[in-house]
Amino acid sequence: MSLPSTSIAADIPSTQTTKAAPADPQSTGMAKSVRVVYLALLVLALIAPLIGLYPVFVMKLLCFALFACAFNLLLGFTGLLSFGHAAFFGFAAYVTGWLIKVQGWSPELGILAGVVVAALLGLVFGLVAIRRQGIYFAMITLALSQMVFFICLQAPFTGGEDGLQGVPRGKLFGLVPLMDDTVMYYVVLAIFVACFLGILRVVTSPFGQVLKMIRENEPRAISLGYEVDRYKLLAFVLSAGLAGLAGSLKTVVMKFATLTDVHWTMSGEVILMSLLGGVGTFFGPVVGSGIVIALQDTLADKVGEWVTVIIGVIFVVCVLAFRKGVVGELIAWRERRKARG
Amino acid sequence: MEIFGIPHQAFLGQLMLGLVNGAFYAMLSLGLAVIFGLLDVVNFAHGALYMVGAFAAWIMLDSWGINYWWALVLAPLMVGILGVVIERLMLKRLYGLDPLYGLLLTFGLSLILEGAFRRQYGVSGQSYNVPELLSGATNLGFMVLPNYRAWVVFASITVCLATWFLIERTRLGAYLRAGTENAKLVQAFGVNVPLMVTLTYGAGAALAGLAGVLAAPIIQVTPLMGSNLIIVVFAVVVIGGMGSILGSVLTGLGLGVVEGFTRVFYPEASNIVVFVIMAIVLVLRPAGLFGKEA
Amino acid sequence: MKMKTLAAALALGFAAAGALAQAQTGPVRIGFITDMSSLYADIDGPAGAEMIKWAIDDYGGKVLNRPIELLTADHQNKADVAASKAREWIDSQNLSMLLGGTSSGTALAVAGVAKEKKRPYIVIGAGSSRLTNDDCSPYTIHYAYDTVALAKVGGSALVKAGAKKWYFLTADYAFGHSLEADATKVVKENGGSVVGSVRHPLNASDFSSFLLQAQGSKADILALANAGGDTINAMKAAKEFGITKTMKVAGLLVFINDVHSVGLANAEGLQLADSWYWNQDDDSRKFAKRFFDKYKRMPSSLQAADYSAATNYLKAVQKVGTTDADKVMAELKSMKYNDFYQKNGSVRADGRMLHDMFLFQVKSAKDSSTPWDYYKLVAKVPGEQAFTTVAESKCSLLKK
Repeated sequence: MSLPSTSIAADIPSTQTTKAAPADPQSTGMAKSVRVVYLALLVLALIAPLIGLYPVFVMKLLCFALFACAFNLLLGFTGLLSFGHAAFFGFAAYVTGWLIKVQGWSPELGILAGVVVAALLGLVFGLVAIRRQGIYFAMITLALSQMVFFICLQAPFTGGEDGLQGVPRGKLFGLVPLMDDTVMYYVVLAIFVACFLGILRVVTSPFGQVLKMIRENEPRAISLGYEVDRYKLLAFVLSAGLAGLAGSLKTVVMKFATLTDVHWTMSGEVILMSLLGGVGTFFGPVVGSGIVIALQDTLADKVGEWVTVIIGVIFVVCVLAFRKGVVGELIAWRERRKARG
Repeated sequence: MEIFGIPHQAFLGQLMLGLVNGAFYAMLSLGLAVIFGLLDVVNFAHGALYMVGAFAAWIMLDSWGINYWWALVLAPLMVGILGVVIERLMLKRLYGLDPLYGLLLTFGLSLILEGAFRRQYGVSGQSYNVPELLSGATNLGFMVLPNYRAWVVFASITVCLATWFLIERTRLGAYLRAGTENAKLVQAFGVNVPLMVTLTYGAGAALAGLAGVLAAPIIQVTPLMGSNLIIVVFAVVVIGGMGSILGSVLTGLGLGVVEGFTRVFYPEASNIVVFVIMAIVLVLRPAGLFGKEA
Repeated sequence: MKMKTLAAALALGFAAAGALAQAQTGPVRIGFITDMSSLYADIDGPAGAEMIKWAIDDYGGKVLNRPIELLTADHQNKADVAASKAREWIDSQNLSMLLGGTSSGTALAVAGVAKEKKRPYIVIGAGSSRLTNDDCSPYTIHYAYDTVALAKVGGSALVKAGAKKWYFLTADYAFGHSLEADATKVVKENGGSVVGSVRHPLNASDFSSFLLQAQGSKADILALANAGGDTINAMKAAKEFGITKTMKVAGLLVFINDVHSVGLANAEGLQLADSWYWNQDDDSRKFAKRFFDKYKRMPSSLQAADYSAATNYLKAVQKVGTTDADKVMAELKSMKYNDFYQKNGSVRADGRMLHDMFLFQVKSAKDSSTPWDYYKLVAKVPGEQAFTTVAESKCSLLKK
C-alpha cells in the first residue's frame, strides 16, 4: 500500500524553534512571547501550594506532563508512534517502589534505578521494534508492553492486583524529609523543569535536527549517510528513560505503584495527552496532560463511566479535526496573524 | 497415559480449548487483515465491534426473545452497518494521511463503544445461554467437551475458508485485491472503489460481530471482552504477516493451540507466549511468517 | 504589594497547617469507598451506600450538633483509586472516618492511608485476615467477617463432611490468597490434604482451562477461593464441564445474592459461613423488609453490617464528644454491640470484631417456601472460636 502519506507530526509548523529573535543571537531560538508565557507559568507553579492548590494533584499533573513530554520526544520529534510507553512508566514505578519500600533505598537512588531500568527496557523494546515501520512499530510496542503487563501481574514483588502500597517518601539524599507534601512538591517541580529544559536542549541540538530529518524524510537521511536506526534507537531509549523517571516520581509522590501504571490504557492516555496538546510542540504535551488529568479528576465522581467515552470522543475529534492540538493550533494562528500583518 | 509427565486428559483437554481460542484469533485476525489490506487502516475498534456483536445477541435474546440462530445473522448485520457508518463518516476523511491516524481514530472509537456499554451494563458480564441444539457435552474420553465449543471451531473455520475463497477465487475478490494495489486504475475500469472500500470495512466489522455472537455463550458478555482479546490478535497479525489471508487464519489457529500447550506445562506463561513468539519471529523474519516483504 | 503577598502566604500557611489536624467544626464527613460497578457491586455496592445513608438519617442526621455528610466513591477494585480518594478526602474534605467496601487489596491500601493520617477505618466488605493480623493497625476495625472465620466455620465443616483431598481455584489477589492460606491451615488441622491449586485473574471471563487443571488433579473437592461474580461463573462452568459429577464444588465465600444467581437447583446442599441472615430473627426481618421494599431483593450480610457500623460509629462519637480518632477508637474497642446485626459483639485490641458466625446450608427448592428463603441454620460458632485467636495472631497490638 503506497499512498503518499503525510507524516503524523508534519502538521505542526516547525517554525517554533527556528524563529530566533533577530536582535538576540544567544537565545535558544524561542520567540519572546513564548518565553514570557513560560516564565509566567513557572511563577504560577512556584506559588501553587501557597494559593491553595492541592499539592498532590499538581504533583500528579507534573508527573504525567513529564511522561507526555517524554513520549512526545519520540512521536513529535522522531515520528515514531509507540503504543507501549506504559511499560516504561509502570515498570520503573514498580522498581522504584520496591527498592524504596522493601530494600530501604533512599528516594533519589530509587528513582535513578527506575530510570536506568526503564532505559534498558527501552533498549530491548527498541531493538525488536525498530525493525519495522509505522503501523507495525506501533503494534509491536503494544504487544511488548502487554508482555510486561503480564509479567508485572505475575511477579511476586509487584503485589499483583493489590499493587505495591505504602511506599515511604523517605529522605532525599538522606537529609531532606519528603513526608510533607509541600516539600515534595518543590522537589518534583525542580525535576520537571530540569527535564523540560533538557528536552528543549536535545531537540534543538544537532542530534535533534537529525531526528527531525528522520521524521520528515527518512530515505533522504539514509542517503545522506546517517545511521538512521541508531538515531531512532537512541531517541527511543531516551524517551523510555524519561518516561521511567515520570513513573518513578509518581510512585514516590502517590506512595504506590499498581497495574494501572503498566496497563495499555495508560499508553493510550499518554498518546491522547500529546495529541490533544500538540504533537511536535514543546509545551503541547504539558497542556494536553493537564487537560486530561483535570478532566478525569473532576469528572470521575460526577459521571463515572462516561469519562472513558468522553476521552474517546476527544480522541476522535482530535484525529478528525484538531490534529495540531491546542498548542499547535495556537502556533498556527499566531503564524497566520504574522503573515497577515 | 502420560505425555511428557502430564496425564493425557489434561494435555488433550487444554489443546482442545486452545483450538477453540485459536478459532477466535483466526476469525478476528482475518477481519483485521482484510481491512488493513484494502484500507490501510489498523482497526483498533475490531475488539469493540466483536463486543458489540456479542451484546447485540444478548440484548436481542434478553429483551426481544430473539434466539441464537437469528442472532447469528442479525448481529453481524447490525455490526456491519455500524462499520459502514464509521467508515463513511470518519475513516474516509483520513485517507491520504499517515495510517497512524487511522489507528488512533479507531482507538478512540473503541473507547467510546466500550465506555458506553460499561456505563450501561457495568463490568460484570451477562450470561448468555447455549442454544438448546448445541447444549450438552460429549465425553471424548480425555475430557468432557461441551458440544457448543466443537460447533464454534467448526463454524469459524467454515467462515474463514469461505472468506478466503471469496477473496482469492471470485471476481469480486479480484476487484478487491486489485483495488489494494492500484485504486485509481481499478476505478478507471469502472469499478466503484470507494463503495468497495466502505463495504469491505463493513464486512470486516460484520466478521468481528459474528465472532462476538459465537463467543457469547462461552465467555461472559462484558464490555471488556474485546480489549482483552484485541492485543493478542494484533500480535497474531504481526506474526502471520498481513500478506496472506490463509496465513493469518493458520497463524491464529496455530497460536491458540500453542497457548493451550503452554497452559499444560507452565500456566503462568500462557498469557505471554504469543508475545514472546512475536518477538522471536520479528528478529528472524521481520515480514512475518506469511508476509511479503514490502 | 510584596508585603500583602507575604501576609497572604503566611495566613494560608497557617491555615494549611491547621487543616492537617482534624477540624472539630463543620460537618462530620463519613467516606465510603467500594466496588460500585464491577463483580462485587451487588453484595455491597450502591445499596451498601444507601444503608449508610439510612443509618445517618435514622440517627437524626446530626451528631454533636454537626450535620453528617456521606461521601461515596467507586474504587473499581483498584487499590490506587481507593487510596488516592481516601487521601484526597482526608486532606481536602476534613474526613472523619472511612467505611470500607469490598476487595481486600483496596482495603489494605486504605488501611495504610488511615493509619498514616490517623482516621478510624471500619472494614466491612473485604475479607483478608491480614487486616487485623500481619497488617493490623490501631485505626482499623474489621467488622463483619474474615477469611479465617470462613475457613474455620465453613472449611472445617466441609472437611468433616468427608472432603479430604482439596484443590483450590483461587482469585489472584489479597483476598483469594488469604482465603486459600487460611483454609489450607484448617484442612490440614482436620486431617485433610491439599493436592493442588490454580490462580485465576480477578473477574475472569472463562474458567474452562482452570477447571480442566482441577479435574486432572483427582481431588475430592474443588474449593472456590473467590467471591461474587467469579464464584457464580466458576460454579456454572464446573457444571458445564461435568466437574460436578466427579468432585464436590464448594464456594468458600458465598452471599445470598450468589445463591440467588446460581439458583437453588445448583446450590442445594451447599454449606457456607456468614455473619448474618435476613430471616434469622424479627429485628433482622424488619430491616430486610425495608430493604426489599426498595430493592426487590434481600440484603446481604455486608449491607446489614454497613448500617450497623455507621450507627455504632455515630453512637461512639456522641459518647466521647469528639471525632478525634484516638478517642473514638478507644470507645469503639470498649463498647458492647447489640443490634439487629449482632448480639454481644465487641472489638478486640487488634481491631478484630468478635461476634457469632453461622454455618448455613442452602435449602432445596422444595423446602424453600417463600422467595429468598434459602438458608437453614446448621451451627452457631461464637466469635472467640471463629476468628483468629490471640495465640495465633502476629499482631503487635495484642501483645502486652
